[in-house]
Amino acid sequence: MKGFRYLENVATLKLDQAACIGCGRCFEVCPHQVFTLAGKKASVSDRDACMECGACALNCPVKAIFVDAGVGCASGMISEWLQERKLRAPGGSCCS
Amino acid sequence: MNYMVPPGLYAIGNPAGNDPVLVTANYKMSYDLVRRSLAGRNVWLLVLETYGINVWCAAGKGTFGTGELVRRIAASGLTQVVSHRRVILPILGAPGVSASEVARRSGFSVSYATIRAEDLPEYLDGGMATRAAMRELTFTFYERLVLIPVELVLALRQIAGIGLAALLVVAVVGNPAAGISALCAWTGAALTGLVLGPLLLPWLPGRSFAFKGAEAGLLWSGAFYLLAGKDVWSGWIIAAVFLALPAISAFYTLNFTGCTPFTSRSGVKKEMRLALPVIGVALLTGIVLLLAGRFLP
Repeated sequence: MKGFRYLENVATLKLDQAACIGCGRCFEVCPHQVFTLAGKKASVSDRDACMECGACALNCPVKAIFVDAGVGCASGMISEWLQERKLRAPGGSCCS
Repeated sequence: MNYMVPPGLYAIGNPAGNDPVLVTANYKMSYDLVRRSLAGRNVWLLVLETYGINVWCAAGKGTFGTGELVRRIAASGLTQVVSHRRVILPILGAPGVSASEVARRSGFSVSYATIRAEDLPEYLDGGMATRAAMRELTFTFYERLVLIPVELVLALRQIAGIGLAALLVVAVVGNPAAGISALCAWTGAALTGLVLGPLLLPWLPGRSFAFKGAEAGLLWSGAFYLLAGKDVWSGWIIAAVFLALPAISAFYTLNFTGCTPFTSRSGVKKEMRLALPVIGVALLTGIVLLLAGRFLP
C-alpha cells in the first residue's frame, strides 16, 4: 500500500509452493499485492505488507496458504483480553 | 435510524437473463454507492444480509460469507432469473467468501472485481478485467478524516469521565486552577492521539502507532507548556507533563489501528505487548512526579 508500512517480520503468512497450482486466486483477492505469479506458481513477494485478512487462505482451492487471520485492532484485543479475564461483560469485540 | 436495505435480488435498469450479477452488503451506504456507480446500466444486484455492516467488516465477521451467499443465491431463485452462472463480488468481500466452496455448493463461479464501487463501470466495460489500481487500497487524508468523528463519539464518554475525575482529584490535592489545568492537559492529549495522530499518520516517523501517537503527544506537551506553563511550572511538573501526555496520546493512536486497512493482527499484538507497559509506566511516573512536586520542597 503506497505510503503506509506496518511492523516488519510479524505476519504469519505461509505459502506451500509445492502444493500451489498457480490458479492466481491469492493474487486476485489480496488487497496489498503480497503475491506475484511466476512460472505457474504463486510466490510471496512482500510478506511485510500482509495485514492477515485471510482472503488468500480462504480462497486457495488447494489449501496451500496458511495465515493466522484476524483483525488488527488494539481496542478489540483489549476488550477481548478483559473479557477473557472476566473484567468486562462479554459483548461487541470491536466496531459494533 | 435504519441503515439496512432488505436483502435479496434487485434489478438496476432493465436487466435480462444474460446480464451480470453483482453482490454487495445490506449496509445502506454500500448499497447506494454500488447503485449510483451502476446507474444507467442493466445489471442484477444481489444484496446479502450483513445486518447493516459494510462489506469489509462483514467479511471479517463472516456474515458477508460463503454461507450467506449460497443461501441468498438459492432464496432469490437466481438460477431461474439468469442464464449464466457467475456472480461478481467486491475484492474486500474475499476474507469471508471461499470462491471454490461457493462454486461447489451453488454452481456459481465467483469473480472478484474491484475494491471500490466507483471502478465498477470500468471493470464491466473493460471485459471484466481488473486493472492493478482497482485492487490497490488507499488511505488518504480525507479517508482518515471521515473516520475521526465516529472515533470521537465512541471515546467521548471515556474522555469526559476521566477528565472530570482528574479535575476533581487535582483540585482537591492541589488547587482548583491546577484541576482545570489537568482537565485541559488530559483532554488535549486524548484528542491529540485520537485526531492528530491519525491525520498525520504517514508523516509521523516510525512504524508503531503508539510511537507515532507519542510523537504527536510531544507536540501537544510543547504547545501546552507554551500556553499554560512557561513561567509557572516547576521542573517536576514539566517532567510529568512531557512524560504522561505523550503516553496518553500514544494509547489513543494505538487504538486507531482498528480503523486502518493495513495493520495485521500479529503486528498489533506485538506492538501492544511492548507499548502498553511503557505507557503505563510513563503515566504512573508522571503522577508520582506531580505528587513529588506538590509535597517535596
